[in-house]
Amino acid sequence: MQDAFLMDRLQFAFTVSFHYLFPQLTMGMGLLIVILKWIAMRKNNERYNTAARFWAKIFAINFAVGVVTGIPMEFQFGTNWAKFSTFAGGVIGQTLAMEGVFAFFLESSFLGLFLFGEKKLGQRGHFVSAFLVFLGSWISGFFIVATDAWMQHPVAYAMDAAGNVQLQSFWGLIFNPWVGWQYVHTMAGAVVTASFVMASVGAYYLLARREEEYGKIFIRLGVVMGIVFSLFMAFPSGDAQGKNVAYNQPVTLAAMEGLFQTKEGAELILIGQPDMDKLRMDNPLHVPKLLSFLTYYHWEAEVKGLDAFQRSDWPDNIPLLYYSYHIMVGLGTIFIAIMVISALLLWKRKLYAARWLLWILLLSFPFPFIANTAGWMTAELGRQPWLVYGLMRTVDGISPTVSAGNSLFTLLGFLGMYFVIGVLYLLLVIKEINHGPEAAAVRR
Amino acid sequence: MEILWFIIVAFMLAMYVVLDGFDIGAGIIHLLVAKTDDERRIVLNSIGPVWDGNEVWILAAGGTLYFAFPLLYASSFSGFYLPLIIVLWLLMLRGLGIEFRHHIHHTLWKSFWDVVFSCASILLAVFFGAALGNVVRGVPLNQEGYFFEPLWTTFTIVPESGILDWFTTLMGLVALFTLTTHGANYVAMKTEGEVQLRARNVASKSVWGVIVTSVPALLVVTSIRPEIWNNFSSHAWGYIFPLFDVLGLAGMLYFNFRKQDGMTFLSSTTFIAGMLASTAFGLFPNVLPASTDPNLSLTIYNVSAKSYGLGVGLAWWILGIVFAAGYFIFIYRTFRGKVALPTEESGY
Ligand code: HDD
Ligand code: HEM
Ligand code: HEM
Repeated sequence: MQDAFLMDRLQFAFTVSFHYLFPQLTMGMGLLIVILKWIAMRKNNERYNTAARFWAKIFAINFAVGVVTGIPMEFQFGTNWAKFSTFAGGVIGQTLAMEGVFAFFLESSFLGLFLFGEKKLGQRGHFVSAFLVFLGSWISGFFIVATDAWMQHPVAYAMDAAGNVQLQSFWGLIFNPWVGWQYVHTMAGAVVTASFVMASVGAYYLLARREEEYGKIFIRLGVVMGIVFSLFMAFPSGDAQGKNVAYNQPVTLAAMEGLFQTKEGAELILIGQPDMDKLRMDNPLHVPKLLSFLTYYHWEAEVKGLDAFQRSDWPDNIPLLYYSYHIMVGLGTIFIAIMVISALLLWKRKLYAARWLLWILLLSFPFPFIANTAGWMTAELGRQPWLVYGLMRTVDGISPTVSAGNSLFTLLGFLGMYFVIGVLYLLLVIKEINHGPEAAAVRR
Repeated sequence: MEILWFIIVAFMLAMYVVLDGFDIGAGIIHLLVAKTDDERRIVLNSIGPVWDGNEVWILAAGGTLYFAFPLLYASSFSGFYLPLIIVLWLLMLRGLGIEFRHHIHHTLWKSFWDVVFSCASILLAVFFGAALGNVVRGVPLNQEGYFFEPLWTTFTIVPESGILDWFTTLMGLVALFTLTTHGANYVAMKTEGEVQLRARNVASKSVWGVIVTSVPALLVVTSIRPEIWNNFSSHAWGYIFPLFDVLGLAGMLYFNFRKQDGMTFLSSTTFIAGMLASTAFGLFPNVLPASTDPNLSLTIYNVSAKSYGLGVGLAWWILGIVFAAGYFIFIYRTFRGKVALPTEESGY
């Protein structure tokens, strides 16, 4: 049983983390493409249209991989988490079904129109279809985050006689207090990814001295959106997420921050290694009292440490949780630094010649993907040992009849398949970038 | 309320089979009817803008199933674990085949994805048919409403069944021939010249495959699950569904002969819808019959969510489907008519 449990977890974690690499770019790039098309229409500038078409090509490849890796996600709730589905289907079935009915139809229909229909629809119609694809992907993001939010913070339900949860208030589910900040934080994270990717491709063109006009457009848009959304990640949205956790899942906060002892005026640990044998931090580098202030706006406030909770309620992988959280926040800080400097130089009109900074922008594109993944790992590991916080333990959620051998077989299958998909994806995207925007325009 | 949701889920599944059915069918005949690169691009172009939208029907149907009948979703998805994951892989490969092929202009690259696309489509059709066969035959449910089936055991229906036995394989063949015909009809309708002729030709042959496989399948169903006719004898209006089947079949033969591709496509649509509706009507209120003890069968009443959720669900479902129908009408209108290859290359 324990083996099957481990396999199911590994498979879910792997497939969802891989899946999420693609939708984040879809959601962010969808917004940036809409902006490019908007500028093209307002200024009647064909160059922006060509730029939009170029990104649409990459968007299409990305979307295809997002779709094929998303389909298994929808099924795995039933295949690997059957008990969980029986237990929670009455509530989260709502949001998952709504995602299909409202978001996926919208996205997939208008993506076809957006990619194939520019001539048939005319410029205005083409803009509208770009906008609807963007809207669809953000609605999709909302329903999936609402699902996750309910698992983090179950509301609006009642237990039925069989011990399963049933929906009690539809609006209660949609306006779960956990949803709001989680949704904007996640979506903003997607825009950060897209901004860095766009700026990185722009930097590549400038450094390689080709397609420089497009390179400048990409950098400008990437940096402007990048600075706004990077700042937003830390404040107010990241801060608010932290408070949500502190007030509703205090044991998770303690684990994320590496706080083993309850303390008044608790310090904020910047770097350090959790030592699970001695139950303390090794080599801590900290700022005194900052954690108390950040959580409660009061320097001397008491913050509960892990010692305030039963060990059976501790998240089961505290070091990984702690590192995930610190990687996300650390990278977030670095993103702000990069974007602030780039924006300053852009404003002073020196950015296009600052080759050292262009190099940094060029090389920075993988990191938002890492930060987003680390963020999800924080949320999901932090929720452990609960599958639905306070209601159902993760161990109790797996399918009773699927053996470990079967899950291992499919896990290995997914590993192999996703490896190939990943390689092909990179190959195709690199090829499109190498062709460049002008080539994309000619080929239409 | 449960009955209404039963109809809704059945409707969505039928929409899926009819819509994705024709692009799976196009995949099945891809290598047969399209020989040159241009011809293959025409076939792919005929489904290019719509296949993803079609596939969303299974996601939406799955989501709706999850929401309205959680226990059924949990039990069947975990019980059919391996075949479902294999279906997922096939769906993934097929999508990649369609989407990746046109990005690199190299014959080896293109031939590779053509074969992937076609093989995945063929296997999908067989698996879908086998899945239907499993539901009709019944599965070894336990007290809690769960079960697990290996892919195959001894290839016989009893005692310990697998996903594939001779009956479900036969159902797989029914599905394969049906979707081949359906896809061929679609391709014939959307193309001209050589491809159209070949597609029509395939359809005229595979429709006989449908007849040769489905008649014995029907006899077997009657012998292993005679109670499937109970609903029909108590509610005679239900015979309208099998009647659709017969009409669809006759239409496929007649219009194929007359070379009226649009009508042939309509006939195969009628045939598929009739077949699924008859099955649903016959099973009702069972949704997953137990092969162990009939009392353990899952029915719509013991697997459904509670009425408040089902009630609000109805409100947004209707809204969502009205929107979705709007998009579908709009895209199919935008891309109506025969597929032509543009002079300069675009898309596929
Ligand atoms: C570009 C990506 C990115 C960046 C730079 C940040 N985050 Fe984040 N964060 C996410 C991407 C993300 C995410 C992937 O979107 C998560 C995962 C689940 C969620 O709600 O959002 C997340 C979750 C998440 C959580 C966990 C919520 C939970 O347990 O449910 C907290 C407390 C924060 N974030 C706080 C921050 C802070 C204080 C940041 C300061 C810089 C920060 N994040 C930067
Ligand atoms: C909103 C939709 C999501 C839902 C409903 C969801 C649900 C779940 C479930 C059921 C598990 C398995 C139980 C467990 O091991 O904890 C899980 C684990 C996990 N999920 Fe999520 N998840 C969602 C989004 C994501 C995303 C987008 C990511 C990453 C990018 C992610 C990362 C993980 C990880 C890393 C685990 C493993 C944690 C562990 O093994 O302890 N999740 N989640
Ligand atoms: C367990 C959780 C998840 C499930 C069940 C799931 C399911 C799916 C499915 C079935 C698709 C394909 C849709 C199509 O055919 O058009 C998809 C794509 C998508 N998903 Fe996920 N997903 C999960 C996690 C997430 C998360 C956490 C997000 C965002 C916050 C997300 C955002 C998207 C978006 C925007 C798309 C469409 C664009 C693209 O495919 O790149 N998904 N997802």
